Amino acid sequence: MQLVCPAGNLPALRAAVDAGANAVYAGFRDQTNARAFPGLNFDEAELRAGIAYAHARSCQVYLALNTYPETARLPAWRAAVDHAAELGCDAIIAAEMAVLEHAMREHPKLARHLSVQGSATTAPALRYMHERFGISRAVLPRVLSLQQVERLCAVSPVPLEVFAFGSLCIMVEGRCQLSSYVTGASPNRHGVCSPARFVRWEEHADGQRGVRLNGLLMDRYQPGEPAAYPTVCKGRFEVGGEVFHALEEPTSLNTLALLPQLARAGVAALKIEGRQRGVAYVSAVTRTWREAIDRHRADPAAWSPRDDWQQALAAHAEGHQTTLGPYHRAWH
Amino acid sequence: MKLSLGPLQYFWPRERTLAFYREAATWPLDVIYLGETVCSKRRELGTRDWIALAEELAGEGREVVLSSLALVEAESELNAVLRMLDHGGFLIEANDLTTVQLCRERGLPFVAGPTLNVYNHRALAMLAEDGMRRWVPGVEQGEQLLADLLAACRAEGAIPPELEVIAWGRLPLSYSARCFTARALDVAKDACGFRCIEHPDGLPLATREGEPFLRINGIQVQGEETTDLGPELPALRALGVDILRLYPQTEGMRDVVAHFDLARRSPQPPPRRGAVNGYWRGQPGKPGLPAG
Repeated sequence: MQLVCPAGNLPALRAAVDAGANAVYAGFRDQTNARAFPGLNFDEAELRAGIAYAHARSCQVYLALNTYPETARLPAWRAAVDHAAELGCDAIIAAEMAVLEHAMREHPKLARHLSVQGSATTAPALRYMHERFGISRAVLPRVLSLQQVERLCAVSPVPLEVFAFGSLCIMVEGRCQLSSYVTGASPNRHGVCSPARFVRWEEHADGQRGVRLNGLLMDRYQPGEPAAYPTVCKGRFEVGGEVFHALEEPTSLNTLALLPQLARAGVAALKIEGRQRGVAYVSAVTRTWREAIDRHRADPAAWSPRDDWQQALAAHAEGHQTTLGPYHRAWH
Repeated sequence: MKLSLGPLQYFWPRERTLAFYREAATWPLDVIYLGETVCSKRRELGTRDWIALAEELAGEGREVVLSSLALVEAESELNAVLRMLDHGGFLIEANDLTTVQLCRERGLPFVAGPTLNVYNHRALAMLAEDGMRRWVPGVEQGEQLLADLLAACRAEGAIPPELEVIAWGRLPLSYSARCFTARALDVAKDACGFRCIEHPDGLPLATREGEPFLRINGIQVQGEETTDLGPELPALRALGVDILRLYPQTEGMRDVVAHFDLARRSPQPPPRRGAVNGYWRGQPGKPGLPAG
């Protein structure tokens, strides 16, 4: 199994390569990718340097072009595909049909991976993307159970990549409009979820803190209570007279314990989420997964998730909590 | 301009559902969408029941479309889609690429539903090649985006498909593998007891300040407001919208249909009855929030 790691900037890319990633994924500094955050991503010179650094160490570079351009902005996305090909990226990760079509026609040798944003959860959906756009890999949305992943591996026309670790989108990726409902800015169109410019923290006289997204209260915290970034899905709301995390707690996906099953199922690549995270995260998480994968490959029968690996991962998890997420039936 | 009744997004008891559609058959609707689009565990009406109902309504001269699931995961869900296709008698609303591909493989025409991600004219053209006959844009598509897309479509010499716009109802905003109704009621999804049947208009979710915000509907999350594009009718006409989609709710649907029926035959736009749909104006979907 390949290990595919996040590179939000050049230092993170180098950290991932040095820690043993088989591939890193990155984005341009604009809305063509789903982590269009201020201060993140690559300009041309940085990406060129990153590709050279990675290729010199036998690591691949994938470019995320996984947002959905409207008609007026389609030329910019096509130009980004051309750019990725010129710079020598090993693959693009895309979801939108016109972007994939352009890549297939103009750069047939540039590998096309279906992004998680493409919401392909079944063999027919994967067949569609394969037949239509010649994708050579697909990243599965974080909604499938382990059993469903196993079954899909057996019938998919292309190798599959699954999320192994990182922040957990609980909605079907590419199918969530909660951010744009509140802010007008969406992951699909703008590459952002609940963007920081809409976030406002307020301190109250009694020590409580509130956090608003475009004026709407997402949560309120007692003094000393750890606070989470206010994406809509991780806020606390009132349903039926009770206040709780009605959609999801701030927690991270961690599938380390499932590594043997994922390997047995024939999963081609494990993806680490977190292009918005820093060098320390990328370095520690990549190194931990590298070691876990290598140990498993060397001796699958004797493998078990080591405590020090789990501790290293938990230390970098959102809210320091981890879950098997949708892979585990009880999560649903 | 035609009127359609969108697929029932909620879970109602069998008798209530059948009674609703029996009454709907007497309303001035041109198209009725039938079928479960949210959760395959909802079986007050199974796929065969929906098909039987479709045959009944079609027999009374209505155009009937069978709507399929927005999120297809399990084999049983795939089989439910296949059963609709195998019937062969009705147009299918594809709400996922799964159904698009299954229609494409069989050479069957389909309606591209609002959960397919179509944001530009090229995506639309490719779906047309696949057999799309009608397009229901997703909730994020406002007036300007649609105008740009249709203009580009025509500039390339293509005839846009029939265009159906969500004109009335709570907007479907997201889907998950998790059931939020089960979570709110503290029951496991696998033993949910089909409790969403107790919330025939969804379960209201409010902020901690008590501001109504979302509706929980099984694995789907909707906006709280019942949106209304009625006052935008002149713009909808100018865009070339063919069909206005009205989503079923427990109360007042007969009046809603009558309201839109009158509106479509009047030169003046009707008074506002529901909430503003912010997306239509290129703003946050939830009305009343600043545009950033």
